[in-house]
Amino acid sequence: MKDQAQQALDTAAAQGATYADARVMDIRQRYLSTKNGQAGQVRDSHSLGIGIRVIADGAWGFASTQDLSRPSIDAAAAQAVEIARASALCKKRNVRLAPEGKAIDHWEAACKVDPFTIPVSTCLDLLLKVDAELRKVKGVTLAEAALDFRKIDQVFLSSEGSEIRQVKTQTGAGFVATSFSGNEIQRRSYPNSFGGQYQTRGYELVEELDLLGHAPEIAEQAVALHQCDQCPAGEKDIILGSSQLGLQIHESIGHPIELDRVLGDEANFAGMSFLTLDKLGKLKYASDIVNVVADATVLHGPGLGTFAYDDEGVAAQCTPIIQNGLFAGYLTSRESAASIGQPRSSGAMRADGWNRIPLIRMTNVSLLPGKGKLEDLIADTNDGIYLETNRSWSIDDRRYNFQFGTEIGWEIKHGKKTRMLKNPSYGGITTEFWNSCDAICGLEEWVLWGTPNCGKGQPMQTMGTGHGASPARFRKVKVGVAYQGN
Amino acid sequence: MKQQHNEPMTLSRQSADELFSKVLKYSRAEETEASVTGTSYSLTRFANNTIHQNVSEEDINLSVRAVAGQRTARASTNKLDDDSIREVCEAALALASLQPPNPDLLPMPGPQMYRAVDRYDGETAQLSPQTRAETVRKVIQRAEKDGLTAAGVFSSGCTVHALYNSRGLAAFHEESISEFSVTMLGETSSGWAKKTGPRHQALDIDALADRAARKALRSREPREAPPGKYAVILEPSAVMDLLGFLLLDFGGLSVYEKRSCFTGRVGEKVFGENIQIRDDVFHPSSGGAPFDGEGVPRQRVSLVENGVLKNLVYCRETAHKMGAQPTGHGFPLPNEYGEAPLNLVVEGGHASEEEMIRSTERGLLVTRFWYIREVDPYAKILTGMTRDGTFWIENGEVKYGVKNFRFNQSIIEMLNQVEMMSPSERAAGEESIEMVVPKMKIREFNFSSLTKF
Repeated sequence: MKDQAQQALDTAAAQGATYADARVMDIRQRYLSTKNGQAGQVRDSHSLGIGIRVIADGAWGFASTQDLSRPSIDAAAAQAVEIARASALCKKRNVRLAPEGKAIDHWEAACKVDPFTIPVSTCLDLLLKVDAELRKVKGVTLAEAALDFRKIDQVFLSSEGSEIRQVKTQTGAGFVATSFSGNEIQRRSYPNSFGGQYQTRGYELVEELDLLGHAPEIAEQAVALHQCDQCPAGEKDIILGSSQLGLQIHESIGHPIELDRVLGDEANFAGMSFLTLDKLGKLKYASDIVNVVADATVLHGPGLGTFAYDDEGVAAQCTPIIQNGLFAGYLTSRESAASIGQPRSSGAMRADGWNRIPLIRMTNVSLLPGKGKLEDLIADTNDGIYLETNRSWSIDDRRYNFQFGTEIGWEIKHGKKTRMLKNPSYGGITTEFWNSCDAICGLEEWVLWGTPNCGKGQPMQTMGTGHGASPARFRKVKVGVAYQGN
Repeated sequence: MKQQHNEPMTLSRQSADELFSKVLKYSRAEETEASVTGTSYSLTRFANNTIHQNVSEEDINLSVRAVAGQRTARASTNKLDDDSIREVCEAALALASLQPPNPDLLPMPGPQMYRAVDRYDGETAQLSPQTRAETVRKVIQRAEKDGLTAAGVFSSGCTVHALYNSRGLAAFHEESISEFSVTMLGETSSGWAKKTGPRHQALDIDALADRAARKALRSREPREAPPGKYAVILEPSAVMDLLGFLLLDFGGLSVYEKRSCFTGRVGEKVFGENIQIRDDVFHPSSGGAPFDGEGVPRQRVSLVENGVLKNLVYCRETAHKMGAQPTGHGFPLPNEYGEAPLNLVVEGGHASEEEMIRSTERGLLVTRFWYIREVDPYAKILTGMTRDGTFWIENGEVKYGVKNFRFNQSIIEMLNQVEMMSPSERAAGEESIEMVVPKMKIREFNFSSLTKF
């Protein structure tokens, strides 16, 4: 892989590139799923190729190919330079990169049990047992379970002398019970919706999740939702479960802090951000107890945003994002950092494959824990709603107005979790919402969630991001908003 | 599959045939299917009136499905040497062998006849980065003429898809692809336009840029309108991005498994009498191959007639389960979703946008929606935001731009309240696949909250 990347750099330089980097990526994926007692998807995939990014005539070009023969790599490198020269036809100024020292390193993410060594029959057996448990509960009309394993082996070389090899193993697991009754479809998922939990780990994650042990309760909840009351509409104090809070962080903090959005690079598709440059260090983003970091280092945990170097060869960092409620930092690239006068990239450039350029992506954007257990927080709440497990999510293209739905909720009355509520939803304006946060549970409730399906860029890239959160309380939030008027 | 500098990869039918011959040679499965996909794709992206990203991709993927004793599995690779082909065949067979039998699995289909579709333009497939950059430069000049900032994409390329199986089925489809979309940004407003198609010459990029610019200029200094239920005129992009949330619901398996909003509603009047929806891969504005994931020929299917849900679409296995005929809408096996219509055509009307506006006493005109998500899967309530050009209509005239709204609206109810429709056109958005849909005037649409811009 290194030889092929080096060949690409040599050819790019010979063609006139003033900067070049090359990533060779070897990506293996295994996806196994079951549905109502049958195997669903059972598939392996393997994708290998090289992506070559260059600056020539002061502008960017990128070309990629799956054909790693010498003539093909030469052709792709030359094409990248040709594309850069075409980009220069519309440039306003030359691309400038924040300085970065060269790195020569080899890093492998910790993985206790390589999921690709677990027999497929063992995996399917587990999923089918979960499936059977779900369908034991009368009223469950659809049982679905899945395991998703990925191994990414990549080599990055740059014309500035960096040579970095990184190997990561990622594992995802989860199940869903669906119940149709009357004129209603209800779902419950474990440990999270839309695929379950994902981390940069091995099969040990699957074992720790105890999918089978949680199946009966989740199935019963899916059916029970039909009989319970609709989430009321109005203003309520709410407590968000940690996985829902993870997505709230993703949408209303993680995306707005991407500096490419702020600068307008994503204006046509993913959108921009309300966090204009004048707000850095000045905006009261959240209440004083809120502290958020973007942390790609292994010290933060095995998140989907954990790595040693980003795809520009910048070492993983922990960047303060919100400090005691004050907006403190962006996620940046070498180019965007330079454009706002910052001395160094925050190391957030990531590509989802060899055939895509790196973009500014969330690493592990996490809410730091506060104190106490969830039960203590509920006991401290007089009149509120506890909401758990995301069902729908939407936010405007500058990240002000959001609305989330969850699979389930419970009313809290006088410090006790009481009746179950169906179809819960809540909405608000980002900074008003975060400034209403008055309690965050402690480290014992903190989970580093994985969001495997974050879309951005054109062509679209799907990236995994990490979000640590423990349950937190927000005062006077509009609830029941999704069903008002319907 | 040899490629030369500056020329896009072309996966010829002969090259694909040769790959399948090797698959057949190496596969030890009872039945074998091979899907070969070639992609040659380039995209020029601009923002802040400059090209900031400019990329190109060449890839050929071989995906092998093996059957062993009522069990099936898939393995894929983009390494195409003999050893890798042998490995991918073995991997597919091993995966299939390790799972419990599926009594519903059908034998692979035999040879099929396909109606030809012409969706390939060599010029579009091989458009140079210089041509795309020159075009973008003109768009930027258009923006700068009015003090606007342009952001968008201009992409081009081609995809080739060949599908074979060991029972003699062989299907081949090639399609050129192009897309232009642009957002024109003013200080307080924005406008957007987008078009896709197999021929870049038909995109009419000058007109799209002009349209986006005019929207941005017209919606300057947007005012706040209170949330509520309004008559609304939805442009085709807004219509299609909503209707995209119905695609899987039209699948037979979705109804069979009771996860469709049409569960218990087949044969019933679900929408207003003026709503006719079909799936039609042969429509001149449709895209895609005339066969499905198993190689079954796609058929035209009338889904909704006079508001009545007449038919669903079926892959072979679902059709067998439900006593129906396959319609050629299945996804590649194995999968959890079964099938879906991918070429929706909604029959339009004769109203012009001007007539819709003139007939509106008080309402809104929506250019596009953004971040649409399903709130309720059976009532089919969707939420999302307006974006890039939302206008206040009063006394039959567009008065001014308004700040963007969030909506929470059942699209089943929406399609019962369609008052006027324009002729249909191929529309492109960002939340769903292309469709042929009209502009629609809706009697009442539920805008539930406002944002700050």
